[in-house]
Amino acid sequence: MPEGIVGDRAAPLGPVGNAAGRPPLLLGDEAVALAALHAGISAAYAYPGTPSTEIFEYLEPRASAFGVVAHWCANEKTAFEQALGMSMVGGRVLVSMKHVGLNVAMDPFLNSALVRIHGGLVLAVADDPGMHSSQNEQDSRVLADFAGVPCLEPGNQQEAYDMTREAFAWSERHHVPVMVRLVTRLCHGRAEVRASDALAPLPASKPSDARDWILLPGYARRLRGLLLEAQEDIRADTAASHWNYLEAVPPYPVRRGVLTSGIARNYLLENLEDVDEPLPHLHVGAHPIPHDMVLELASQVDEVLVLEEGEPVLERRIRGALPALHVVRGRDTGDVPATGELTPEAVRGALGLPPRRELSSALPLPGRPPQLCQGCPHRDAFQALGIALEGHDDAVVAGDIGCYTLGALPPFEALESCVCMGASIGMAKGASDAGVRPAVAVIGDSTFLHSRLTPLVAAVAHDTDMTVLILDNGTVAMTGQQPTALPHSRLEAVVLGVGADPDHVRVVPTHPRRVPELAAVIRQEIAHPGLSVILAVRECIEAVRRNKSAAKAAEDGPS
Amino acid sequence: MRADIVLAGVGGQGVLTAAGILAEAGRRAHLTVKQGELHGMSQRGGAVTANLRMFDGPVASDLIARGSATMILSLEPVEALRWLPYLAYSGVVVTSSNPVENIPDYPPLADVLEALGRLPHAVVVDADPLARQAGSGHANNVVLLGAAAGFLPFPAKLLRACVEELFATRGERLRDVNLRAFDAGQAAAAVPAG
Repeated sequence: MPEGIVGDRAAPLGPVGNAAGRPPLLLGDEAVALAALHAGISAAYAYPGTPSTEIFEYLEPRASAFGVVAHWCANEKTAFEQALGMSMVGGRVLVSMKHVGLNVAMDPFLNSALVRIHGGLVLAVADDPGMHSSQNEQDSRVLADFAGVPCLEPGNQQEAYDMTREAFAWSERHHVPVMVRLVTRLCHGRAEVRASDALAPLPASKPSDARDWILLPGYARRLRGLLLEAQEDIRADTAASHWNYLEAVPPYPVRRGVLTSGIARNYLLENLEDVDEPLPHLHVGAHPIPHDMVLELASQVDEVLVLEEGEPVLERRIRGALPALHVVRGRDTGDVPATGELTPEAVRGALGLPPRRELSSALPLPGRPPQLCQGCPHRDAFQALGIALEGHDDAVVAGDIGCYTLGALPPFEALESCVCMGASIGMAKGASDAGVRPAVAVIGDSTFLHSRLTPLVAAVAHDTDMTVLILDNGTVAMTGQQPTALPHSRLEAVVLGVGADPDHVRVVPTHPRRVPELAAVIRQEIAHPGLSVILAVRECIEAVRRNKSAAKAAEDGPS
Repeated sequence: MRADIVLAGVGGQGVLTAAGILAEAGRRAHLTVKQGELHGMSQRGGAVTANLRMFDGPVASDLIARGSATMILSLEPVEALRWLPYLAYSGVVVTSSNPVENIPDYPPLADVLEALGRLPHAVVVDADPLARQAGSGHANNVVLLGAAAGFLPFPAKLLRACVEELFATRGERLRDVNLRAFDAGQAAAAVPAG
């Protein structure tokens, strides 16, 4: 590998550039991506979703310089399966997604723990405690535990880099995928990250024993046994890992100690100067939690305060593991708020420290929720839908996930549900099956391609009396204009290809001046007593702007 | 040598660009820098915030604790008030006085400005006209950087050099516009409000 190549490739995407001689200022997401490139991956796969999107966005433009294949995928399940294929033939691979994306990929994920992972497979999954941009705040550590795979939980951007690199070796050593669990504040926080030398990708090699990848029941029973045997080795690894450590233990018993994991440690450190008692501290960055270290901490204290981002995973585990004389405090006991992300204040309160003096505005302040952009085609589509549904007070409009979910809020209030990626079509069918008319599903083009072909097939099979309105803006808009799995022009063919009646597959432009036309088409198709699919087409206004400025920049040439 | 800055504004105003320029200056001043942003839904014309922490030692938390920020730097007056609980009593608010009224229940501007006026330390800058005079209505974030320059743990000229360098990559005209905007903000902050 040529000299200096690591430094060149480590150049940050940051908005200003790199302060002379300092390491790059990277988002936690970007640190994961850089680490994967440096760990010698052969491929990276992802589906966009806040707060994970920037992992792949950082990786993709650098991939070819490293000889790495980088593909946005149709959804998280297909991303994970492609990663499995790469691992099976010996390549290291990164697959990234947001926490609810892992639900979509759950089938390959859980079963990937049973096959004998060959090339290191690292799953970077970004949880969103506090639900900044998500429908729930599920904790992926639970799923790593469920699958029986190690989970590394970085507490800062440097650890995001170091742990991701290390995770590939763990994966190959234990023949299981390794989860790197991130949370929003780490994903979207920048700090300087020191990188180390890049490794070259490994040559492809098929697994030595074909039975290692065939989960026929007879073979799967053997592999299940191997996975259970591996648990002891994994626990030995986490017990020996420097990511887990016990500090500040005085040589005499004290009242309480603290257990932190991931970024919760930062909030403890932020308040430590005001704590005027010895405070033994066990930090866990590598799961499963080493029981001996918990017992060692417990031997010096009566009480353990557990600080962790997400669900009370460690709290519940150690409550079961410690002698009954110990008090374990955390989210379950109300010492830490049961919901929402951790903050320096929440941890301050849990430590029993008085709040800092705060200013506040006497003036009541209005909220400022996000809105659809001015000029957004979804605005015209929702206006048309409103007109078409006038007089249909019993209509059900099932919504979906994307920018257009904002259509549930004033002024449109056009959607009545938002549950998970692609739920709209199945839910509209369910409502239609219950006899509700009209039953409408509103879904974006990317969300449709993510996971909605199969429910559309069901609606075709039953010729369900429902209307599917696909808002086709040609991009994955909400996460920052990633490409959709298929271009605009192919969407109609896809819908027709699954057998929808061509007379009731309509393609209509979405435009402020053509709202009445779109409204009339929706009205006609609502009246049709069977399945209709309407493609309402216009490019995302942000994508138009971005393309224009890119074209202008190309025209102007380098300045 | 500690600066904990809550940057605030409305999607599209250039909050993250301002945060990036400040972070670069902090790094050049050999401070440890942590810069937190919120992406995703917050971009669609909603409230946007960034936390920037700079210290001559390690920085643990990505989030600034309530009651501890040294500065609120806001491109919009209501957004400046929104983050007040994060400000230390000794901290300063540097904000534009120009409202972004993209919500139906925006309070009367006079009330907003009065609330800002009651704060112990506030620098309120009429940033939009200064940005336009400098040559671009989009430069109000840089006007505010100029206004904040006197309250930072590094020299104003270091921050100005970062502005110059960033915008130089986008052409001479933008560089000059933004340097004028920076200087106008700096001058406005030096004059007591009245």
